[in-house]
Parts: sequence; C-alpha cells; structure tokens
Amino acid sequence: MRIIIVGCGTVGTALVLQLSAEGHDITVIDERPEVVRSAVDSNDAMGIVGNGASFQILNDAGVKTADLLVAVTESDELNLLCCLIAKKAGNCHTIARVRNPVYRDEIGFIRQGMGLSMVINPEEAAATEIARLLKFPSADKIETFVGGRAELVHMMIGPENRLVGQSLAEVTKEHKSTILIAVVERGDDSIIPSGSFVLQAGDRISIIGASREIALFFKRLGLPTTRVKSAMIVGGGNTAFYLGRQLITFGIELKIIERDLNRCKELTELLPEALILHADGTDKDVLLEEDAVGVGSFVALTNIDEENIMLSMYIHSIAPKAKLITKVHRVSYSEIIGSLGVGSIIYPPSITANRIAQFVRGMAGSQGSSVERLYLLSDGKAEALEFAIRENTRVCGIPLSEMTLKPGVLIALINRGAEIIVPNGRTEIQTGDTVVVVTGRIGCKKIEDILR
Amino acid sequence: MNHGIVRLICFRIIQLMGIILLLPILVALWYREWTVLPVFVIEGALCAGIGTVGTHCSKKVSKVFYAREGFVVTAVAWILISLLMAIPFRLTGVCDTYVDALFETVSGLTTTGATILRHVDGMYYSVQFLRTFSHWIGGMGVLVFIMAVLPMAGGYGMHLMRAESPGPSVGKFVPKVKDTSRILYGIYLVFTVTETIALLCTGRTFYEALTLTFSTVGTGGFGLTDAGIGGYNYGTQVVITVFMILCGINFGIYYLFITKRPGEALKSEELRWYLGIMLVSSVTMTILCIRPGGAFVGHPGEAFHHSLFNVASVMTTTGFATLDYNGWPELARTIFTILTFLGACAGSTGGGFKLSRLVILLKVVHNEVVFLVHPTSVRKVSMDGHMVEGKTVKSVCAYLALYVMVFLVSWLLVSVDGFDTATNLTAVAATLNNVGPGLNMVGPAGNYADYSNFSKIVLMVDMLAGRLELLPVLILMSPRTVRRGRF
Repeated sequence: MRIIIVGCGTVGTALVLQLSAEGHDITVIDERPEVVRSAVDSNDAMGIVGNGASFQILNDAGVKTADLLVAVTESDELNLLCCLIAKKAGNCHTIARVRNPVYRDEIGFIRQGMGLSMVINPEEAAATEIARLLKFPSADKIETFVGGRAELVHMMIGPENRLVGQSLAEVTKEHKSTILIAVVERGDDSIIPSGSFVLQAGDRISIIGASREIALFFKRLGLPTTRVKSAMIVGGGNTAFYLGRQLITFGIELKIIERDLNRCKELTELLPEALILHADGTDKDVLLEEDAVGVGSFVALTNIDEENIMLSMYIHSIAPKAKLITKVHRVSYSEIIGSLGVGSIIYPPSITANRIAQFVRGMAGSQGSSVERLYLLSDGKAEALEFAIRENTRVCGIPLSEMTLKPGVLIALINRGAEIIVPNGRTEIQTGDTVVVVTGRIGCKKIEDILR
Repeated sequence: MNHGIVRLICFRIIQLMGIILLLPILVALWYREWTVLPVFVIEGALCAGIGTVGTHCSKKVSKVFYAREGFVVTAVAWILISLLMAIPFRLTGVCDTYVDALFETVSGLTTTGATILRHVDGMYYSVQFLRTFSHWIGGMGVLVFIMAVLPMAGGYGMHLMRAESPGPSVGKFVPKVKDTSRILYGIYLVFTVTETIALLCTGRTFYEALTLTFSTVGTGGFGLTDAGIGGYNYGTQVVITVFMILCGINFGIYYLFITKRPGEALKSEELRWYLGIMLVSSVTMTILCIRPGGAFVGHPGEAFHHSLFNVASVMTTTGFATLDYNGWPELARTIFTILTFLGACAGSTGGGFKLSRLVILLKVVHNEVVFLVHPTSVRKVSMDGHMVEGKTVKSVCAYLALYVMVFLVSWLLVSVDGFDTATNLTAVAATLNNVGPGLNMVGPAGNYADYSNFSKIVLMVDMLAGRLELLPVLILMSPRTVRRGRF
C-alpha cells in the first residue's frame, strides 16, 4: 500500500520502521531535514521536507494515489488539518494522532465530520495497556486475539516458579493441553520450542490460549490472577489521568503523586475519587511516607525515562511483591532496560505505532492479504499472526501432523465458532476457522505461506 | 564494518558476471568464433558457479548497513567486476597485457570510451560485443542493476544508490529503492530499444545497431571501426546525436514526463543550462568552421551537423567523433577541452563535473559577491524553486576542491611519461570526466596505447574516481585504509 506519514518524531520513526519492513511504499514528510534524512537512510522510504498540511507538499508526496495518510506531528490541529486536506485532495484513508484531552469527548464528532478512519490518542492507548496489566498482574504483557477470547500472555519464569525444570510435554500433560507455550526467550535467543524443551528460571515465555484457561493456568501455578488492590502513580500527566479513570471504575484504590500544584488541582477536579498528592515523587521520603512498601502496584509515569527506571528499581527493592509498570519513551535500549527488573515496560510510541500498524494490516487484509492481526514478539524476532480462513485453501482438511510446515512455524490456536482449540496432531483446519500462527520467519502474507 | 554484506554483494557481482558472459557466448555461437568461445564459456561457468555457491553460503549476514558500507561496497564491486571482465580481453588475445585489458574494461564500464587498442577493425564480434555491453551495464550502474533484479530488502539500498549514482543530491522517484532502480532501467531499456530500431532504419545491421546503441545510451563511446562514427551515413549520425543528447539529461526529468508533470520537467534549470551551453558551443563551432580557412567553408549545414555531433559527444561524455577535430582552430579545441570538464546532467548516464554542481557553484559565487556589497544580506541558494540544503552546497564546494586536487595530482603523475602538455592535460581530463578522446596524441583519431603501465593505472583510477564521483575510490585509497587494512 502507498502510505504517507506526516511527522517523524518517535511515533513516526517507529511507524516508518515497521511499515516499510512490512513492504509498504512509505513517504515521510517532516519540516526538519535531518530527521527526514535519517528516516530515509535507515529505511526503504522516500522523504520530503516541508509542511505536511500544505497541498503542494502533499501533492509531491503523491497524495492522489496514496491509500493512507497518517498524521503524527506534535500538534493536534496540524494533524487534523493534514488529514482534512489529504481527504479532500486524494480521498485516501486518514489517521490522526489527537492527544489533547479537551477533544477527547468530541472525538466521535471530529472523526465523523472530517471523515477520519481512525483517531489515536497515545496517552490513552498507553493507559489502556497499563490498565490491562493491572487487571492481570502476573503477566508482563498481554495481547488479545479473536475478539478478546484468546490471549497471548508474556511472563518471566522466576526461580521459585513451579515450571522450572519441567519439559513442555510435562507442562502440556499437567494442564490437559488447554494452553500452549509458543515462544521462549532465553538470553538473546528466541526459540519456538518442541515438547522436549526444558524450562529454566529466567526464561521469558509467551503463553497462548483461551482467556479463561490462561487464568486457570496461572491459578494452578499459584500466581495471583486477581486485579491489584491499590495503585500508586508517580507523574500526573495525561496518561495518569486516562489510567486513573479506568482504574477507578475497577474499584482500585489510587494515589497520584504530582510535582506541579496547578496540575494537582486539575486532577482533583477530574478524578475526585483519587488521592492526589502534591509532592516530588522521586523523593524517597515521600514514597515511604505514603506507604510505598505496602502498595499493590506502582506505575512510574514521569516524563523522564531515567527517573521512571530508577523509581521502579527502588520500589522493587522495598516492595518486591508489588506489580511494577515503567513508562519508557526511548525504544533503543529496550534489551538492557528489560533486564533491569523494573517490571512491565510500556513504550508509548511503540503502542501507538502498533495500533496504527494493525489498522494498516486490516486495510491490507481487505485488499487480498488475509492477516487479521499481527503482534511482534521478542523485539520483532518472532511474530504471532491471526488468519481468517474464508475459503478452502491448501491447509484445510489435513491433520496437522501430516502438514509439511516450514521450520520455525507453529499453529498455536484455532477458533471454531465459540470454541478455542489448542491443536494437536489430529486437528484439522476448516473453512470459517480463525487460526493463530506463531512464527520465527517474518513476512507471511497468507496462510499458505506457512507450508513448505 | 560489516564484512559479511560486502562479501555477499561481491558474490552477487560474480554471479552477475556469469550471466553477462552469456551474451558474448551467444554472439560467438552466432558468428562461429570457435577460438574465443571456450574463454567465455569457462569463465562464465566459473563465475556462475562461484557466485551461486558463495551467495548461498553467505545468506545469513547481518543487515547492518551504513554510509561507510555503501561506499566500500560500491568501490569494491566496481573494481571486482572490472578485474573479472578484463580476463576475456586478455585471454582472447585482443589485448597484449592484463593491464591493457583492464584499462579497456575500466574504460568500458565507466563509460569513458578511451582505448589502448590501435586498431579495432576486425576484432572478434563477441569481444567487441562485450566491450560495448560494458558501456551499457556501467552507464546506469552495476549495483543499481543488482538492486533492480535481485531481492535486497532493507534500508541499505539508499546508501548504495547514493554512492553509485552521479549528482550532488541523489533522490528517489518512488518510496522503494527497488522500484526506483526498476524505473531507471525501464527508461534506459526504452531508449535502448528505440535507438536500435532507429539505427536499423538508417541501414545498420542488427549487430551494428545494437553495439552502437550500447555505446550511445551508456554515453560510452567505443566505436566499431577505426573510422569511428565518421564512416556511417548522415542518418546514423543524426540518430546517435539525438540519443547522446537524450541520455545526457537527468532521468528524473523523464520520470516527471511519465507521471504527467511536464511543467516541472521543463522548469529544470540544469536542463536549460545543458541545452543552452550545447547550442551556443555548436553555433560558435559552426562559425569557426565556415570562416575562411575552416574545415567546411561554404557548407554551413554540414558544419553545424558535425559541430553539434562532436559538441554533444564531448558534453555528454560519450566520446564519439565524426571527424578528427584535433586540427580545428585553437578556440574550438579549447571549447572542447572546457566542455570535457563540464559534463552532462546529474542523474544521467553521462560523467563529468555535472552541470547541476556548476549551477550551484555559480549561485554560491553570486551570493558571495552580493554579500561583499551588502554585508548584512541573508541569501540562500535555490534551484528549480527549491532551497538547496546547506549540506549539499558544502558538499559541492568540497567536491570541487577534491576534483581539482585529483586532477592536478594525476596530471603530475602522467606527465612522467614525457608527452606534451596538451596530451597529458586532456588525457587526464578525458578519463576523469569519462569522456574518452582528448587532444593531440589522445585525440579522436589517437589512443592511449603509448602511455606506460604506470600512467595507465593512474588513468584507470581516474576513470573509476570520475564515474563513482571520487569519494568511494578515495576512501579505498586513503592512507589510513591502506595502512590499517580496514575502513
């Protein structure tokens, strides 16, 4: 597809990287020549320096033949203007990033009035992600499949976990093959394991299965499956506001520590149920005074990555049982940050980029490719794809044990009607199924690509 | 430095060489040249084998690819393909030494067209074919070709394209490098086919038409006979003139025409300068020729025909000649020498300094003059209605400095052989700018055979440096690289 991306900040850069790797024709527009240059140098994309809301510039970028325009500049108004002009000039799909909470309640109207295909609010997206983790604290990361009925849950195996020393065959037997361990990350390797694979402490595993079964699996392991009771948030920005609203509806007891007095006043108005503290959240004494030792979960949402990381490490040292969530903006050092023991890490630019990329895949899906959803696993070394089997293809009607799959491909899950099946050798794929495939090879476009 | 990717692309080049050699094999079969056939078959088989096995073995290379890799890959790839392509020239006995063979190949691939052969009449058809085909493949670029046909995903295409394509700022037409290189080769193929048909219509045989086309569209300049283009009829000469001029124009302009934006295309300042300089030089040359004592007194039409042909030939850096302009008045000879330096448009198959660089430099100089008079004035360089980035201006200035230095050093080195100043100066100018013929001994009727091996190597480096826009070759030859053996 031909995609124009206006604005090449953190989200723009993440988008260019992801979408050009997926083989789309990308044109980037930004006013800063140096960022355009670096985007073009490191990706197979074209760059144009200029204002993305200018008709002339959009024309140069080929808006007339483009399928999609994504506006992710710093300014909400500029984004909306870009989309409006692109819509009038080229009648393409448009996606705008709108982050000002003022527009939030009117977003439906704006979307309809301007003909936008999607509006994304990065803070709200990040907050939703965090809320999902607080509801299910044993997981480091959760992705949903087939309309939320199946989940892919990432977790780290701690030293006292019962899974240590078990082979996958034993795990499957014990849990009556209701769940599947799809990917294991050990050190820098990411492995799609076979039955004889033995788990070790420190492995990061991705478990796939029906949501209910996964909850049961965690229960049998003796890990907490209920939502946290209380949450402490440091940094009262927009993310904290969106998160707070969701947490309050779950009935989670909430404390927000914010440095700026005026913002505190705003937050008390917006979130009357929450306890808003005007203090420096990076101050150790403040944290101890507010009983950080006994807190159920801790979310570091300040604007400075280093502060967030340090805060989470400190809380981990005084309250090892608390669920930690750390917001980090820079994706570049994710491997190192992941090994620091700062709990689940939230990268807002990647979340935004992922959401947009999923929309793009959906569009591409209606144009021939049948990938419904795609999640990148273990830093993009593997991916989980959801295929809808709409017609009879070569994979249908053969037992899986007789199928000649490419190496490194795993059929993880089949959804048939209301039933979620974790397949075994005798299972057959039928027309109308939804199939989730986990693979270490990138670039599958249709279900037949998994066959040799 | 990612050695894996350099190795992989080298194997790709070897593989490509194996495929290229299929063409002379077919020609040799057609003309029953059994004596040279084994050379092509054996080398072709070896290249195809080694290349295929090599690429297969180095499939799993790291994708790390930065500007440095781009430059190194480009330089290494060009040297490698030159070394490989020179082998048949030596083994078939066309060239007496390997250095001569290499000179001929480098001259072909860089689309220079300078020859060390005293006689090209009666050469094997297949060898002659390979000689002119080297112009064709070198004209648009070996790596651009590889990018167009082979799957090379990832962001590194741009670094390669920037290192191989001529011009101060290399851009893409469409988002993907692969599609861009396909468009380039598509336009190139259209020119090739059209010219071949046009030449067939003027009475050339298919073989002549094809080989002359290779030499023209690549702006190379290897001729098939000792008489050069002068031996053909006017129709052929006119067709060649037209296609030389067309191929000296930035290919981006044709893309604008294809995408129905002719307005933008015609606004190109570089294009106007190109056609303007060509016209003024030709008219001046015509006047010189019809003046008493000139070569075409009383035949203004013929004078203009030959003036335009030779001006276009030198300016597009093709290097064909319809006659020996060595004997023309000194003013004409000087104009030819100056045109040698200017070169064609950026983004064309031609060589030289590139007119867009010249236009930018003129504007920089103009701005400086205004600045002297109005010290507080703020001015920027713009071209075709767009601002030229400060970085580009800086790189153009640096390029000029480097260009002059390379020129002077080569001139000094070549003069060791003891030929006259005009010969040495134009020899270096003609090779560094990928034109081919210079003046006096290396004039349109002469050749480079009398230079010593040392000078030939210097000129070869000049040709490569000129084709690859100096930097890749200089990075390879810089003392640091040579001393440490790494980049």
